[in-house]
Amino acid sequence: MATLEIKDLHADVVTEEESKEILTGVNLTVRSGETHAFMGPNGSGKSTLAYAVAGHPKYTVTSGSVLLDGEDVLEMSVDERARAGLFLAMQYPVEVPGVSMSNFLRSAATATRGEAPQIRHWVKEVKQAMSNLEIDESFSERSVNEGFSGGEKKRHEILQLDLLNPKFAILDETDSGLDVDALRVVSDGINRYRQNGDRGVLLITHYTRILKHVQPDYVHVFVGGQVVESGGPELADELEESGYVRFTNKKEAAAQS
Amino acid sequence: MTESTLETSGREGLDEQGTTNSAVPPRSSRGHRFTSYDVEAFEVPGGREEDWRFTPMKRLRGLHDGSAAATGSLSVEVTGDSSARVETVGREDERLGRAGAPADRVAAQSWCSFSEATVVTVPKDTRASEPITVTVHGPGEGATAYGHLQVRAEPLSDATVVLDYRGSGVIGDNVELIVEDSARLSVVTIHDFADDATQVSSEHASLGKDAVFRHFAATLGGDLVRVNTKVSFTDRGGDAEVLGVYFTDSGQHQEHRLLMDHAQPNCRSNVTYKGALQGDSARSVWIGDVLIQAAAEGTDTFELNRNLVLTEGARADSVPNLEIETGEIAGAGHASAIGRFDDDQLFYLQARGIPYDQARRLVVRGFFGEILQKITVDEVRERLEAAIDKELAAVGE
Ligand SMILES: Nc1ncnc2c1ncn2[C@@H]1O[C@H](COP(=O)(O)OP(=O)(O)OP(=O)(O)O)[C@@H](O)[C@H]1O
Ligand SMILES: [Mg+2]
Repeated sequence: MATLEIKDLHADVVTEEESKEILTGVNLTVRSGETHAFMGPNGSGKSTLAYAVAGHPKYTVTSGSVLLDGEDVLEMSVDERARAGLFLAMQYPVEVPGVSMSNFLRSAATATRGEAPQIRHWVKEVKQAMSNLEIDESFSERSVNEGFSGGEKKRHEILQLDLLNPKFAILDETDSGLDVDALRVVSDGINRYRQNGDRGVLLITHYTRILKHVQPDYVHVFVGGQVVESGGPELADELEESGYVRFTNKKEAAAQS
Repeated sequence: MTESTLETSGREGLDEQGTTNSAVPPRSSRGHRFTSYDVEAFEVPGGREEDWRFTPMKRLRGLHDGSAAATGSLSVEVTGDSSARVETVGREDERLGRAGAPADRVAAQSWCSFSEATVVTVPKDTRASEPITVTVHGPGEGATAYGHLQVRAEPLSDATVVLDYRGSGVIGDNVELIVEDSARLSVVTIHDFADDATQVSSEHASLGKDAVFRHFAATLGGDLVRVNTKVSFTDRGGDAEVLGVYFTDSGQHQEHRLLMDHAQPNCRSNVTYKGALQGDSARSVWIGDVLIQAAAEGTDTFELNRNLVLTEGARADSVPNLEIETGEIAGAGHASAIGRFDDDQLFYLQARGIPYDQARRLVVRGFFGEILQKITVDEVRERLEAAIDKELAAVGE
């Protein structure tokens, strides 16, 4: 049983000109076995939260804490966080020219597992994982994400989730840009990961359609850099119907008082 | 990769002042050049001239102003495939100088100053199955030497030559690479000097009818290395692929100046150089000139230079230049980019658990990987890969 605790997290985005506060006090606890859906308007800071937890250098945490089973995540380097069991499926996966997918996957698995997987076993494992996600074998020899379509990139994020099998996964809009079939394939992948046992998922999304496949235990509404309301799956339906107006108003009212 | 083009100067269009046989180069043309075998025909460059403006003149150790007398000699050793004829000849040998005349004062100085030349000939119709390696050792620290090498691939021959520069000292040399009709010549040049070395080298490649020329330059060592590579097409159907990599460290100046001189119809040239720089005052210069003369209809050319600046304080200059004097070309283009080491790529790899050093190595290897794959000599490719890994480990932040 593992726990990811985010407490009163404040973070700035640092650009060349300025630094701007995006996260304004995030509180959230995810336990293994739970799936939390995270919904909020564009620019509310969902990706910023994901990046801040993963340790992207562009974002600076100014106060608050992130604990993984009581360990201070913010003290760890990006790769240490990943090896400790955190995973981020990115909204915009990065292209790494000249590094083959197969080399990349093997390097990542070696790092997170602490030893190089046995080659014969590994080849089978990757093959199986790729076929589950309906990814053609030829992708192994292509450079990481280079020239992949949006949907192909998303499938590969879930491929990595599957192979690295982290304790906690933050999935940032993995459903965006997927056609219906791809959505089903990717959702099945997420569900296979959830069935591995004690695994926690934070699913950032704009749409309830993925929540039909990947049922959340909790739904959070994220506005202005913080969680403004939490509830069960029914909250997602309300958002689908009425949008964020009730929550953005609430946020403004709170700011004015 | 985040990239910003620092300096591009692709002038595409007619160069009105350019004429093929002008003795004095028109000021606006970099493609049409004055050449001479006489060192005194060139003024001593001061450093402001277009040809020299990127070069730290003091570090030329007198190669440019006549003050660097030959005080030592190069040791040249040729090994490998036995089908090639290897000769050491004197200055008077009439074959020398065929590939082209010096186009700057240092090249002319080298031409006037060498005492022995090495001539490697791949006979007609011969296919050398093993590479021919020419190892050139500098004259030693504090000494100056001038050299001359000619490699000639006779008609219908096929060979690979590795030119391996090592050692210390100050070196001025000319290299002639002659690819006769329907021959194929691959040349890998490795400038892997000790830290003190200075080299100014001029390579003159001359391609006959349907000749295929493959050139790969790797510049790793030295205090200052400046290489001029000119490819001249003397007949139709020539095909040149000119590739290069450089890894410029703290304090080093590495300069590559290319000229693809298309004077004949239906020839092709493709230039791709990639460089990585790291450390304080690491400095690289890449000048890629392509001249498509009026007669060169059906030319197909592309040139590309990419630089990866790994640390603050390093600087890359990249200047592609295209001069086109005919409207009837198959294709012409250039691109140049200077990119900073990409935080997002590193982040992505690290976010999958890969440690920083390894992530950095993967990204840089990836950057060079595609071009290194083009080296057909396995030992050389492996040596360069290892050299790049070693350079990366040396900084180890
Ligand atoms: N690197 C950056 N440089 C400048 N501004 C940034 C940067 N990263 C985030 N921001 C700003 O921070 C705010 C939050 O961005 P973020 O990407 O976290 O939003 P989001 O909730 O994920 O939005 P979306 O639903 O569109 O993905 C936005 O106003 C955005 O412009
Ligand atoms: Mg986002």
